[in-house]
Amino acid sequence: MTSEAVALQRGGQWRGALLLAAVPLLLGLGAPLLANYPLRVLDLVLIYALLGMGLNIVVGYAGLLDLGFAAFYAIGAYSYALLASYQYDLHLPFELVALLGAGLAGVAGVLLGIPVLRLRGDYLAIVTLGFGEIIRILLNNLNDVTNGPQGISRIDQAHFFGLPLSSPLDFCHLLLGLTVLVFLLVWRLEVSALGLAWAALREDQDAARGCGIDTTGAKLLAFGLSASIGGLGGVVFAAMQRFVSPDSFTFRESLIVVEVVVIGGLGNPLGAILGAVLLTVLPEVLRAYADYRLLLYGLALVLVILLRPSGLITRQHGPSWLVARLSGR
Amino acid sequence: MTFAVQQAVNAFTVGAIYALIALGYTMVYGVLRLINFAHSELFTAGAYVAFLLVGALGGTGHPGLALLAALLTFVAIGLFGVTIETVAYRPLRAAPRLAPMLSALGVAIIIQNAIMLVGGKRPLVYPSLLPSGTFDLWGAVVSAKQVTIFLVAVLLLAGLELFVNRTTLGVRIRAVSESLSTASLVGINPNRAIALIFFIGAGLGALAGILYASFYGVATFTMGFVVGLKAFTAAVLGGIGSITGAVLGGFLLGLIETFATALLPVLTDGVVGTEYRDIFAFLVLVGVLLFRPTGLLGDQVSEEAMVYKRDF
Repeated sequence: MTSEAVALQRGGQWRGALLLAAVPLLLGLGAPLLANYPLRVLDLVLIYALLGMGLNIVVGYAGLLDLGFAAFYAIGAYSYALLASYQYDLHLPFELVALLGAGLAGVAGVLLGIPVLRLRGDYLAIVTLGFGEIIRILLNNLNDVTNGPQGISRIDQAHFFGLPLSSPLDFCHLLLGLTVLVFLLVWRLEVSALGLAWAALREDQDAARGCGIDTTGAKLLAFGLSASIGGLGGVVFAAMQRFVSPDSFTFRESLIVVEVVVIGGLGNPLGAILGAVLLTVLPEVLRAYADYRLLLYGLALVLVILLRPSGLITRQHGPSWLVARLSGR
Repeated sequence: MTFAVQQAVNAFTVGAIYALIALGYTMVYGVLRLINFAHSELFTAGAYVAFLLVGALGGTGHPGLALLAALLTFVAIGLFGVTIETVAYRPLRAAPRLAPMLSALGVAIIIQNAIMLVGGKRPLVYPSLLPSGTFDLWGAVVSAKQVTIFLVAVLLLAGLELFVNRTTLGVRIRAVSESLSTASLVGINPNRAIALIFFIGAGLGALAGILYASFYGVATFTMGFVVGLKAFTAAVLGGIGSITGAVLGGFLLGLIETFATALLPVLTDGVVGTEYRDIFAFLVLVGVLLFRPTGLLGDQVSEEAMVYKRDF
């Protein structure tokens, strides 16, 4: 296909792109009609969608298992809790802490990745599992810094370029914006040269290396990027709850994000969004059976892997496919 | 001196337990290149099943009873391990590596929550199935429990070593872990060897669970998580895939962890206390991966540990 033909084809897809863009727009416009409770659920869905799309870079694109995602989420959340509260009487602006939190989480990801990612993939699962536990131990025991198990309250109300973020509705709009941004980022990444490198790496590391791909570098980038999206999610979470404690960052949290990605569809941001909807709304509906929740999650994980390993939406039916489809192609 | 002896005794007790669990990880990884997340939950399940059995058999007191309960638990959890492999791992043997790992994770969550639903969220007060009493060793207090745990573990480890090296079944296991496809070429049924590995690994893990719960006098449905993480670290430290390595790694990790934990408050004037105990295993894991990813005895460089030298 000549480049003109590609351009022509792309050009013909504006209809699909507009239709896709209408979804968050309508959600944002319709959100004020919702009561506070559904709005809170929607906020939670969007946070998990954000986290899911972030984790998806490692698990879905690069094919590595990260079981300590909550650690990066915690780094982001505690960044805001420490830098914008009465804990140290620091009151940095939300926008700055969002960048800092994402950056810190990314740096932590790269540092953690260095010893592991030059090896083949499997050890990452166990190292991230351990890292998640370490972060939890530190949060619980560094009493002078984190207040230990009591957590940090009296966190500042956030402002986003002058606009106050206080109600669930404000956060809904912020999160919608962030979700769209991250969605566009991961979609563009997937079809970029880096995304192709990840795909090659996922299928066969040796072959990828044989093609001249810097496998360690590609893995580190995936891991660091994913961690910083987790950190960003954490900053928003802390600003939204205005309270953080180690309880929110246990292995259970990491597990839920893994389930969001795997059940929704590995390697597909649309899948992560669907997974976030399912795994947030279903537990709300089935509150009476809360004790069985994790048992069902475990069962769902095994069944999905055995019966439909691609997840609910397959990799092929990603954003590019959707846009083409909506354009009538 | 007393301090050192006391800590060494404690270290060998936990080390023995780590070693018993590490075997299950290392044998499974050696053959299937799979981190069997369910293993740590079988450790917990062992403790709970033995608890139920002891209750059903009519309470504690007689040592023969404890032995019988342990034997039955070994077989029950062993068979459970084989079932898990058949149902959740075998269909995925040709799938991308991520799939069996996720399946193992799912199984681990199922077992842990099933234990919670059956055994309750609260810690279980565990009957001591081990002989009681203490004696003095160069000033250190050694309990009969500790000696029993150490002896039981050493006997089991020696038994496994003999089994793997001196019996036909053991040769089959070694052949399959060397190369699954070549072993099947010379007429070994790899599925049977793998089933046997899961049986032995799960059974030993379950016994470790009984020893652990009896020693601390308490069992919780989450106790497998951190212990499993440490046992896996022990397997990596010894050289993953190596049975001797797992034993060495288990005891070594026990020593490192116990001494580091005991010395930390002394060295920092009590600022940092024993609450950081669980951190050392992680530091060891990262250290091993950085400096010697093949582990201490991993001379036959496993494919996994292979490092592209140019990278760092």
